[in-house]
Amino acid sequence: MNIPNDLKYTDTHEWIRREPDGTLTLGITDPAQALLGDVVFVGDAKVGSTLAAGATAAVVESVKAASDIYAPVAGQILAFNDALESTPERLNASPYEAWILKIRPENPADVDALLDAAAYAALAGKD
Amino acid sequence: MVEFGGWDMPLHYGSQIDEHHVVRRSAGMFDVSHMLSVDIGGPSSLTFLRRLLANDPAKLHGVGAAQYTCMLNDQGGVVDDLIVSHSKHDQYRIVLNAATADSDVAWIEARRSADGYAATVHVRRDLAMIAVQGPQAREIVWNALPETRALTQSLAPFQMVDIPLGRISRTGYTGEDGFEITVPAATASSLWDSLQRAGAVPCGLGARDTLRLEAGMNLYGADMDLSTTPFESGLGWTVDLRSARDFVGRRAIEGVRVSRVRFGACLLGRGVLRGGMLVHSAGGTGVVTSGTFSPTLGCAIGLVRLPRPSGGQDPEAGHLVDIEIRGTRMPARLVDPPFVRRGEILINLNNLPKS
Repeated sequence: MNIPNDLKYTDTHEWIRREPDGTLTLGITDPAQALLGDVVFVGDAKVGSTLAAGATAAVVESVKAASDIYAPVAGQILAFNDALESTPERLNASPYEAWILKIRPENPADVDALLDAAAYAALAGKD
Repeated sequence: MVEFGGWDMPLHYGSQIDEHHVVRRSAGMFDVSHMLSVDIGGPSSLTFLRRLLANDPAKLHGVGAAQYTCMLNDQGGVVDDLIVSHSKHDQYRIVLNAATADSDVAWIEARRSADGYAATVHVRRDLAMIAVQGPQAREIVWNALPETRALTQSLAPFQMVDIPLGRISRTGYTGEDGFEITVPAATASSLWDSLQRAGAVPCGLGARDTLRLEAGMNLYGADMDLSTTPFESGLGWTVDLRSARDFVGRRAIEGVRVSRVRFGACLLGRGVLRGGMLVHSAGGTGVVTSGTFSPTLGCAIGLVRLPRPSGGQDPEAGHLVDIEIRGTRMPARLVDPPFVRRGEILINLNNLPKS
């Protein structure tokens, strides 16, 4: 399993990267894309909305199942990676490069409470 | 690996979409040993099968012919779908689905003793089967097994031949050309390796499902079951009523108005169709019986069962329906399956008549 050390994670299999400008970049993890199988659609992104932590922010649909993407912390959804409209399979091929959302967190310190790589690896290993 | 009909089977070997494409473009292979072959023999074997099956096995002229059929119960419900072939004089083989194999055999044995047919029923759990499917499938089989070329080169679709290594039939569940190879289970593993070395790409259940759905082929348990008749499941073409043959279930379905009908559906938006989704049509609410994302078409497709109310307008290919996907209604176009055969897309969403 590929679980980069410099990212934060949620127990719903999203990865989060803190950017220098204070925004967050979010995607799904390598274990997540393996569980999902071939991704065929990514969309329904709530760009512009301010969401509470845990609210549905987007949807990833694979041949196997539809999976909601959740806001990891309270914040505003700034952008969706449009490239995923035409080539959703990037999420399978390069899950840590094919980001899904950019988020401005309401409280940057909230991100500290997310899982680190070791904690996520322990969780993902149990699936 | 996932559980399927009592067997452990691979969902895919890496990417189900890649495996799907390889079958349409060159050749893939499936371990389909979960299906059960049953040999029916004896002087009354044909009479017995003509009683058991909704299609007429008397049409299997000559050894080597095969046909697709349903087996019905007394209410006309589908017990299973299967292929029956004429193996040799007074000997036939039927191939049953894994999930229903045990109940099918019990059903067959019960009919045999109840109706007193002089026929033997030999369950062949000693056999394995590998399906090689795609435009290059037969050539790959001949490269792996050169001794089979002369014997199988002139097989037409739905014909089979018995040879030293086993049986080869020009049949399949993908809408592509290809062979299904039945061999003793002990030799299956080395056969698989030979085929793989010759270029056949292993494919799993995921691709098997998207391929058969594109080909408009039903899956027992999803698209039909004991609660549906063949006419309600798009399988009316397999029912042979032309002779006076009294097959099991005939009286329940002959002359009875069909109140539900099968169509294909193409979703006109981004999403994936899945079995169980409600379908809203002019004639009432129906259901998606099988759904998926079609790699060849690039959109979601499904098989749907719609009501056909008496005195109302019948659903037709070209009509729009609304399908409920996670609480939102999305439009879809009804089509006549198949969606794809021999690598060609057969439906044209742009040219279909508007409702």
